Amino acid sequence: MSKATLMQGNEAVALGAIEAGVRFFGGYPITPSTEIAEKMAELLPEVGGRFVQMEDEIASVGAVLGASLAGAKALTATSGPGFSLKQELIGYASEAEIPAVIVDVQRVGPATGQPTSPAQGDVMQARWGTHGDHPMIAISPWTVRECFDMGIEAVNLAERFRQPVILLMDEIVGHLRERVELPEKEDIVVYPRRKPKKTREEGYQPYAVGDDLVPDIADFGTGYRIHVTGLIHDETGFPSGSPAVTRKAIDRLHQKIMIAKDEVVKTESLLLDDAEYAVVAFGGTARTAYQAVLDARRKGVKIGMLRLRTIWPFAAEAVYEVARKVKGILVPELNYGQLVGEIERAAKGACPVELLAKYNAEIFTPAEIEEAIMAMVGGNK
Amino acid sequence: MERSFEKYFRQNRLPHMWCPGCGNGIVTKAVIMAIEKAGFSQDNTVIVSGIGCSSRASGYMDFDTLHTAHGRAIPFATGVKMANPDLNVIVLTGDGDCTAIGGNHFIHGCRRNVDLTVVLFNNNIYGMTGGQASPMTPTGKKATTAPYGAIDRPFDACKLAEAAGATYVARSTAFHVQHLADMIKGGLDSHGFSFIEAMCQCPTAFGRNNKMADPAKMMMALRDGVMMKAAWDKLPAEKQAERFPIGVLCQKEYIDYAKAYDTVIEKAGGRA
Repeated sequence: MSKATLMQGNEAVALGAIEAGVRFFGGYPITPSTEIAEKMAELLPEVGGRFVQMEDEIASVGAVLGASLAGAKALTATSGPGFSLKQELIGYASEAEIPAVIVDVQRVGPATGQPTSPAQGDVMQARWGTHGDHPMIAISPWTVRECFDMGIEAVNLAERFRQPVILLMDEIVGHLRERVELPEKEDIVVYPRRKPKKTREEGYQPYAVGDDLVPDIADFGTGYRIHVTGLIHDETGFPSGSPAVTRKAIDRLHQKIMIAKDEVVKTESLLLDDAEYAVVAFGGTARTAYQAVLDARRKGVKIGMLRLRTIWPFAAEAVYEVARKVKGILVPELNYGQLVGEIERAAKGACPVELLAKYNAEIFTPAEIEEAIMAMVGGNK
Repeated sequence: MERSFEKYFRQNRLPHMWCPGCGNGIVTKAVIMAIEKAGFSQDNTVIVSGIGCSSRASGYMDFDTLHTAHGRAIPFATGVKMANPDLNVIVLTGDGDCTAIGGNHFIHGCRRNVDLTVVLFNNNIYGMTGGQASPMTPTGKKATTAPYGAIDRPFDACKLAEAAGATYVARSTAFHVQHLADMIKGGLDSHGFSFIEAMCQCPTAFGRNNKMADPAKMMMALRDGVMMKAAWDKLPAEKQAERFPIGVLCQKEYIDYAKAYDTVIEKAGGRA
């Protein structure tokens, strides 16, 4: 598999998902994510998996969650308007703790927006799109190789934490074709479906947890006769109206991820060792931003980049560490300003944080970001 | 008293939360009777429900049970069945759940002919939210959101299912318990999308608003409002409109969705 090939980001996600053991896809066509569905329709039957083109975006997540409960690792993919529709059952997956991956290849919104030009306007929707308090995991690739890797990683995280995971792509990376070398099969780490550690007779409870606070919920058809509901429930899986149970349940949903934050939250530091300034970016924008960083360095500016691989939970500690060392952070993002608020909060005033927002349906040019870097540097002189 | 059905219920989850006089318990029992007759294993049968009074039934039944979101039972059930076609999958839903918010899922489930047995508890009203009009509230009947009487025309869910491609469609009522169980059993035995409308009474949210608060009288109205299909077929058209036919309304052979997908796997050179 290590032979170099030309591959598209969306295709790479599908290949990664299959390697991670995904055997069910329910989806609905929407540009710029459709190639993922098309690739899954082709690949899944080859490995004995199943693909269903559902009647809408909501049904797609519903089918994915049903399949996951029946034992299949499952994934769906969408974009913009479809991501809005999927929010209902993303919340269900969070509450009922069902592993599932939702790929969102971002495009310009709101509404039908500018189909299907690039944007990064779903940063906050990925975090807060569904109602109520819930944790969220969202990861974002910047290369085709990373689309493949994160196709695997998203599935692994979903299975590890029994949690919906958002693979937050953008049109730039989704439709990007570049040279890629995929890893050897034996180098791929796959997290297996969690299995009950007790029998029914031993007092198994589907939502009881051990030290990692993640339940080992039995797959349907394995003789455990469990109950799964979107109502707040206790360890038995059955609903409870108790305030104490409610608080405990919502606490645990958050804690199961927060106690393992180091396992989840990943950033990449580029040229930051001697940096006096920094850019914080993610996804397709990070590609442009890195070129701008290299260009500015050539002009003598000591600047580096912190790339966020994980968008949620937010990499607050990593951002703060950068903010403490530099004189300014530039945040280029293809939206009106979403991630910048989190970065300001994480920087705790340690350095100024400047937004470079672009929301005209075009991607950044390196020159635009470099110009903003120079303005930030100039302003400090 | 025959109590063999008790093993199918989670005794520690009873008593149920339905109102006195509600028909949901009768329909749930009929589902259990059908499961027993069909010989389905409790370990190999999944009950999927939506949201509403009817959909609380899943929690009382000792199987793998999945209480989904409002209207979404059929998509979840489709995923369960496609991920593991060896499982028997039964969907319990209500008139609002299935034909309003879940309407699109319903017709597409029929169209695909997924091997599910869908039992619609039709009490003509949104009961859990306190008596709002549903797409199956008869024209002229009152609801809290139709205080002057509903002007909407109700769906005939059986006709809808048949037109959309379901391969087994039947109707019965909470009055005709044995018949209802037989209709459901017919669905369990069929391979493909089976739809059974179980007409039932809601004295609390529907009856009280429509001068029919007495559950027994509501059940009599169920009895008098229907006719066995064979007899109904012989009625003149204007008389047919006054009653609903009960019995098997449609039965045909068509490959079920998981089996159809097996041919896809075969063409792709994969192994199911």
